[in-house]
Amino acid sequence: MADAHDSESSSPSALGMSRRSFLCGAGITAAGSALLDRGLLQEAHAASLGGAVARGPGAVPVSLKVNGTARAVQVEPRATLAEVLREGLHLTGTKVICDRGACSGCTVWLDGAPVNSCLTFALDVGNREVTTIEGLAPAGTVHPVQVAFVEHDALQCGYCTPGMVMSCAALLAKNPNPTLDDVKHAVRGNLCRCGTYPKVFKATLDAAQAMRAGGAK
Amino acid sequence: MSAEEPKATALATRKDRFLHGIGVTAFIERNVPLDEPPPWPVNEELARVGKPTMRIDGRAKATGAARYPSDIQLPGMLYARMVVSPHPHAKVLSIDTAAAERHPGVRAVHVLDRVLGNAELTDPGKEIPSKFPIVRFAGQPVAAVAAITPTAAAEAAAKIVIEYEPLPFVVDLDEARQADAPRVFPGDASAEESEGGGGGGSHVPQVGNVRGPMLNRGARPEDKKATEDALAACDAVVDATFRTQVQTHSALETHGVVADWREDGLTVYASTQSTLSVRDELAAIFNLPKAKVRVLTEFMGGGFGAKFGAGTFGLVAATLSKKTGAPVRLFYDRKEEHLSAGNRPDSKMRLRLGGTKDGKLRALAFEGFGTAGVGTGAGTAGPSQALYRIPSIWTEESDVFTHAGPGAAFRAPGHPQGCFALEQAIDELAEKLGIDTLALMDANDEHLARREERRQGAERIGWKRRHPPGRDPQGIGGAGGPIRRGIGVAQAVWYRINSMDSGCEVRISQDGSVEALSAVQDLGGGIKTAIAQVVAEELGLAPKDIVVRVGDTGYPPGPPSGGSMTTSSLTPAVRNAAYQAKLRFLEEIAGALGLPADEVELSGGQVHVRTPPARTLTFQQAAARLRTEVVAARAMRTPEYGDRGMDFLGGVQFAEVAVDIETGIVKVERVVAVHDCGRPINPLAIESQINGGILQGISYALYEDRRLDRATGRMVNPNLEQYKILGAMETPEIEVILIENYLARSSTDAGGIGEPATIPTAAAVANAIYNAIGVRIRELPMTPARVLEALGKVPGKGGSDATTGGAR
Repeated sequence: MADAHDSESSSPSALGMSRRSFLCGAGITAAGSALLDRGLLQEAHAASLGGAVARGPGAVPVSLKVNGTARAVQVEPRATLAEVLREGLHLTGTKVICDRGACSGCTVWLDGAPVNSCLTFALDVGNREVTTIEGLAPAGTVHPVQVAFVEHDALQCGYCTPGMVMSCAALLAKNPNPTLDDVKHAVRGNLCRCGTYPKVFKATLDAAQAMRAGGAK
Repeated sequence: MSAEEPKATALATRKDRFLHGIGVTAFIERNVPLDEPPPWPVNEELARVGKPTMRIDGRAKATGAARYPSDIQLPGMLYARMVVSPHPHAKVLSIDTAAAERHPGVRAVHVLDRVLGNAELTDPGKEIPSKFPIVRFAGQPVAAVAAITPTAAAEAAAKIVIEYEPLPFVVDLDEARQADAPRVFPGDASAEESEGGGGGGSHVPQVGNVRGPMLNRGARPEDKKATEDALAACDAVVDATFRTQVQTHSALETHGVVADWREDGLTVYASTQSTLSVRDELAAIFNLPKAKVRVLTEFMGGGFGAKFGAGTFGLVAATLSKKTGAPVRLFYDRKEEHLSAGNRPDSKMRLRLGGTKDGKLRALAFEGFGTAGVGTGAGTAGPSQALYRIPSIWTEESDVFTHAGPGAAFRAPGHPQGCFALEQAIDELAEKLGIDTLALMDANDEHLARREERRQGAERIGWKRRHPPGRDPQGIGGAGGPIRRGIGVAQAVWYRINSMDSGCEVRISQDGSVEALSAVQDLGGGIKTAIAQVVAEELGLAPKDIVVRVGDTGYPPGPPSGGSMTTSSLTPAVRNAAYQAKLRFLEEIAGALGLPADEVELSGGQVHVRTPPARTLTFQQAAARLRTEVVAARAMRTPEYGDRGMDFLGGVQFAEVAVDIETGIVKVERVVAVHDCGRPINPLAIESQINGGILQGISYALYEDRRLDRATGRMVNPNLEQYKILGAMETPEIEVILIENYLARSSTDAGGIGEPATIPTAAAVANAIYNAIGVRIRELPMTPARVLEALGKVPGKGGSDATTGGAR
């Protein structure tokens, strides 16, 4: 995510408000407070206290732990995790479909929990472990959910499939013995336009059984 | 369709005896070209075809390894972004690109001089004088930039200053039909149909914004009066008006390409349903030989009818690539996708259907209007014309232009709409005549597969337990509380159509590896796997042994994936190529062994030598005897066997719903779908496609609705949270029953399933709602508000019995 801008972010805009001061202002709103423990606001906050240097809007160096490997990338503070994964790290299994958290096509795990990577700033990831569809199973192997998706034909065009698999695998990591209803809830945010849900349900229940039987393939 | 089937052929033929009909007892003789293989037996006796088969590219999709066109990243690739008009109708006065061009990340700016997909004036001289294309819908692209990052492109696009002169507009179907409505086009206009169908025909009269009516084929002026007379003579007539909404395709991968213009030609990675259509359109626009345009579509993320041709995005991306000398990626964002990438037109249909007490349909009169925005193809009379045998039929269908994004072919253009009207009318007429709905269908529907489908479906859903309309015994004074359940049925009609531009090359190498090549693209139906099954069947191998390469115009031509024609068009060419490759292979092996060709045969993946001493070679051992690196054969689709009458695809669906009469919420609980598609090749993938057709149909029936603000002409829900699409929680239990319906039409006799699977769903749900609550909903989507309105619990705006007075 190279950026052509080199202007210093702390220079005040015409409104007399710098990006940093805006962020500090945002920090005291309710929504901002909820985010305060995350990277960007935290830094902006620290900066206002006379600490660290402001970052951005140009690209800044960041280290991400992705699929077990530390990756150094240059990212604009406004870049989402989905953008960085796809364009910066060429991990294009993660799909951006609605780009606003309505379809779960971009689902990845942060420390094992599924999140919409299109709603997650790369700078906010911090030390958390990012798992993408490419890293769901160790190299050269496939996850039982992936095996079951193929066996049950739980995919058609396949564009929703990576997000769907990440949601289902997250469910099974948490709940090895799910009901049909549990599976429906786990993928209730995952949109599939080909309408392949019935087989997603069957595949996930089947994968759960295979994993319980220790039959991880 | 891209290639019309020739009327007659001069090919040398032989006579073969083919399976014919449902079940396996009947046969028919057909003339078959001499170089085509002998008929296959029933699926049960085949090794690979007709067996549920895992997709050969399933693992690539499930692991994220599959590279879709939107995933393509080339060295030095630029990112393009469109600037679109916020006005639904405007003249562009000036465009200032200076600030955008100064953006350090920008490499090129392009001002559009044409837009693809809109209807065009028959007489271009009538266009409003303007330096730039007239804007005719909010969201129409006006300019574009290419920059080194997506964000730089977005920033630069925002710096383009466009001065518009807004013009009067109309976005509502009824308003656009008024004599004083703002004109969308200053003269007659028309649009060609895409390879997915649609389009509004040619030589159609136009008055104001209304283009039509188009009459049923072969209609004579006197038929109109004859139909009126026949209706007057009926014992019962249903006369009702139905409305359907605009539905956007909302494929998860948006429309787009990566275009790479070089000295020696143009390469385009396209998310398309027809690689050939993209190639041909770009070659024509840029005046390039077809051979110098290569289109690649290894995977693509859904199309549903809207992804044919180069598209404005393709034209712009190629132009920007030519300007910059770098590859350019241009994919619509979700909002642009909703606004300008196609949709299923809305409709307003008045249907009059009459029958007599003996259970015979006697007359049908249909009048339909619909808007495909600035496009055409809103006709919905197909089911009325083709589903039942009715002696007197008169249909009129008209396109109404509005200032909205162009419609596009969408999974059975016109048919889900037309069935929503027709199949409710059938249900209603049956009640008026005091006949069971299925019995009325049996008495008037000659399609043999559908007859069997009704029988099997009725048994599976438990049709006998269907209560009279609005008389759910569990609901009324029973344990069901406010919940009323009901069962409904509806039927599909679609057409067996084929593209002769369907080819395949099969190669057998000296190491025994086998490849099958075709330019066809897989939009999710699983054609790669079907190709592998057919080649494997012919060569006695396993599908996983076949390397299938598709989605490249460098390969033999492939059919467009639309109109349920991919499998039907292509698999016979695949089988014929595999058969001919096999014959050459055996000829060479026999030659190497010093034997006549008929002394060796291939079965079970092994080469058997008959001449004593009889022996067996593995496929690999035999292949090693080839004199050259590869033997190959290429075949194109040949015309359908037998006398050429139109064959029809059927399909019958039963829906069971629960309606909460206090909240108006409808929940589809169960669907039984019984379908035919000739000889099924891969039942596993066919079942998936049927599931998908049903779920898209329920989504259309209950949730989806593109809303344009009449005051501004803009779409108010151009996203995926307010444009509501069915999800996991709304998915009912689905039971699919697949019928083998042998037609003896080609060497595989395969048919299609994409369209039939979605045609009857909304109508079946509507009939089930009626059965549950005893009131009809004649307008889509059947939202809680419309259900409550139909029940008389809230004041309404129309669309149900409560406000229209119901059927007369």
